[in-house]
Amino acid sequence: MPQKEPTFDITKHQLVPKHIILSEKEKKEVLEKYGVDETQLPKILNTDPVVVAIGAKPGQLLKIIRKSPTAKESIVYRIVVENNE
Amino acid sequence: MEGANSITKKIDYIEFTLLSPSEIRKMSATKVITADTYDEDGFPISMGLMDPKMGVVEPGLRCKTCGQRVGKDKCPGHFGHIDLAMPVIHVGHVKTIRDCLRATCRECGRLLITDKRREEFLEELKRCDETGRSKHYVYRAVIDEARKVESCPHCGRAVGKIELDKPTTLRENGKKLTPSEVREWLEKIRDEDLPLLDINRNAARPEWMVLTVLPVPPVTVRPSVTLQSGERSEDDLTHKLVDVIRINQRLQENRDAGAPQLIVEDLWELLQYHVTTYLDNQTSGIPPARHRSGRPLKTIAQRLKGKEGRFRSNLSGKRVNFSARTVISPDPNLSINEIGVPIKVAEELTVPVRVTNYNFDWCKKMLIQKFLPENAQKEYVPGVNYVIKTAGNIRRRIKITEKNAETMLEKLEIGDIIERQLMDGDLVLFNRQPSLHRMSMMAHRVKVVPYKTFRFNLCVCPPYNADFDGDEMNLHLLQGEEAKAEAEILMKVQENILSPRFGGPIIGGIHDIISGCFLLTHKDRKVRLDKASYLLAAIDYKGDLPIHVDENGERYVYGRDIFSTLLPKDLTMKYKSKVYADRDTSEAYVVIKKGVLKQGTIDENSIGAFKGKLLDRILRDYGMDAGREFIDKVTRLGIAACTIFGFTTSIDDEDIPEEAKLKIQEGLEEAMEKIKQLIHAYENDELEALPGRSPEETLEMEIMKVTGKARDMAGEIAGEHLGLENSAVIMAKSGARGSMLNLSQMSGCVGQQAVRGERIHRGYKHRTLPHFKKGDLGAQAKGFVASSYKRGLTPTEYFFHSMGGREGLVDTAVRTSRSGYMQRRLINALEDIRVEEDGSVRDASGKIIQFIYGEDGVDPARSYNGDAVDIDSVIADVKGEI
Repeated sequence: MPQKEPTFDITKHQLVPKHIILSEKEKKEVLEKYGVDETQLPKILNTDPVVVAIGAKPGQLLKIIRKSPTAKESIVYRIVVENNE
Repeated sequence: MEGANSITKKIDYIEFTLLSPSEIRKMSATKVITADTYDEDGFPISMGLMDPKMGVVEPGLRCKTCGQRVGKDKCPGHFGHIDLAMPVIHVGHVKTIRDCLRATCRECGRLLITDKRREEFLEELKRCDETGRSKHYVYRAVIDEARKVESCPHCGRAVGKIELDKPTTLRENGKKLTPSEVREWLEKIRDEDLPLLDINRNAARPEWMVLTVLPVPPVTVRPSVTLQSGERSEDDLTHKLVDVIRINQRLQENRDAGAPQLIVEDLWELLQYHVTTYLDNQTSGIPPARHRSGRPLKTIAQRLKGKEGRFRSNLSGKRVNFSARTVISPDPNLSINEIGVPIKVAEELTVPVRVTNYNFDWCKKMLIQKFLPENAQKEYVPGVNYVIKTAGNIRRRIKITEKNAETMLEKLEIGDIIERQLMDGDLVLFNRQPSLHRMSMMAHRVKVVPYKTFRFNLCVCPPYNADFDGDEMNLHLLQGEEAKAEAEILMKVQENILSPRFGGPIIGGIHDIISGCFLLTHKDRKVRLDKASYLLAAIDYKGDLPIHVDENGERYVYGRDIFSTLLPKDLTMKYKSKVYADRDTSEAYVVIKKGVLKQGTIDENSIGAFKGKLLDRILRDYGMDAGREFIDKVTRLGIAACTIFGFTTSIDDEDIPEEAKLKIQEGLEEAMEKIKQLIHAYENDELEALPGRSPEETLEMEIMKVTGKARDMAGEIAGEHLGLENSAVIMAKSGARGSMLNLSQMSGCVGQQAVRGERIHRGYKHRTLPHFKKGDLGAQAKGFVASSYKRGLTPTEYFFHSMGGREGLVDTAVRTSRSGYMQRRLINALEDIRVEEDGSVRDASGKIIQFIYGEDGVDPARSYNGDAVDIDSVIADVKGEI
């Protein structure tokens, strides 16, 4: 039987980078910084396990801090979109 | 300049639509009813396939529609049309037709979903537009939902199962639908339902996917060629259209005469076949239409598709002018930035130069100098091939010959353009296919040279992957100032020494250059003064003579001091040389202090392409100009050193003493004995299987281990007797060419041959060759080559060796084609993404792919082996260590 919810907190797993939900104000700042609209940002599905775990809603912007062997830390933004499949 | 007399417009968008039957008739210049092309007198038949109303191909003739000629006035040609007796399905649209039938009701033509769901789907589409998501899923969902419906929600008719019987037959509940029935059905679909079927209601009607009238392309699209014999040869499309018209006529006659249904249906299907192959002659499921000779016809789809199709061959790719191609050959006296261009090529290639106030005298000189008596003895003097004069709207190109040069000189005026021949110092692009990376096309400075080959410095071979066994390369002459500037900054060879592939030099010493520097610097080499001056002259050394020593009344200079003259005066570094890579004694290190080579041997680890640490350091700390100069001089020094010391290799370099041969023999026998024991143990079930392996596998692995060791042993013994006084060894150890493995195979033992990573086991029943007993598992019977290349292989060994060799050959052939296709797909996927000014990576629509290039924003070509900074050398520098 496939489980609906994982039985542990996946955000604590070492391979899962840190996901932060940005406020509307922060989101606007990011959009302005890069001069893009929402459709031009990388996406993340609202059904993505991490998105479910941190409870982000479609339209919200996530800041993802990844570990990088060359840059130590790399910051990436992803916008939550609805999964319609 | 072009914009001044031409109107420029920006394309807003392009819309692809279907041609409606009425549109086809409207654009048609004539109806085509006759399957013939020309009558007995050679005149095109009216309403035939070559009707001059559809344009003309012969020069001089006038088009009957627009009255223009083909060459000068450019009659573009005009479409005609064929009225089909019965409708046929367009192969290109069968899948769309199938989906339309599946999603709609045959009775009322409405979508097989409730109005409520319909609204919801429309809503969904609108949302996709707003968010920029793909609408693909919505269309899929509409059809999937409609297929599940059992009866029409609007009229209640039972829904049949629609199947597509490839290529063009559609069935409802297994019963064939004729194209007429399909067309009637499609006609019923309402305009307002079209958006849900992925059809633009302003652009097309679904029934247009079933053809009732076929457009006939202009004659200019399918020109006929007249052979020398006076015979006419028609284009493949014309041939196919002849078939269509012929069957169409028969179908019409039969139908009108009230022929039996069966005959009409057969002809109808034949018409469908001809129209299908006319559109695409590679439709699966039907045999391709063939030419009389048996060659498949090239119809519309074949003209467009694939590598030789219109898109890849004529639109994405273009043939160019101002280019040249010839065989390449080496020239160590040229700089890496230079290229030797043969005089013959230089006289053909030209650069346009506008005549102005400022260069008027120079232009005059260019125009005439080739014909001046004082230049008659010179090997090459650049001249002018053409003068282009513009008077009003007329451009005149005048070829300059010895006869008219004087008069043209008088007539030359400001505003003219002269097409000047190639001269020394011009910047050209040089390229070798396959162009796998950016270094496959680099900018070089021209040096016009005699003979007929392109020549360049040997160090530039690795980036082009070129050798001189008959390779040819291409040259392109830059025509504009912007192009020249761009190439100068981005594409010059010296700007590409550091490869973005691995962050190190891809251009550096190779082959004899490394051998030469090795000879010069190995083991306190001393050079007598006269020879030392020769070496120093080779590198244009100007300055005091390096320290010299007196010995037996002769003066000597240390080789490493000569090499030191190439080093920057403040360079200090220490690293390991390749020759002694396996040792850790002090002689294993190269030590450079304040630009003086204190100790160590210069080899591949110093100056080689890919590995040269010294070269890498010079490039990074002293810049590309210094790096280029270093490579140029090292090339000349290396070659000069080889010339002075003499360097040769021959078969006796692989000679080893008799006792060594015996020792190898003994070692091999020992190994054979061991293998025998292993086989014996296996046959008596005494062999302990390795975890997860069967006894057979274990035996194979153990034997492979033993044979591997045996070859290493032979190599070691041979190596002991091959010292650094041996040229072959010098080449192998210094990294100039070859490896110690090559040498040990030549003088010791070739070793186990393998196919697919296993010992050779296939061949005859239970044995590889009839020379062995059935079931023989011994080394010799399974492809172990105990002989050396020098001694020669036994017949069976030779055969096994060929088997291993063939596998390698096949592998490379397969690998290149596979990786080529992979690269093509990658390039197509990535071609429009670029790094923006803010360091982000975006595609053409502005979508962000990476927020910072490569997560760290480091240009790999400027990285140190992929790292942003070479921390170790920075620390060493700060601490003052070497």
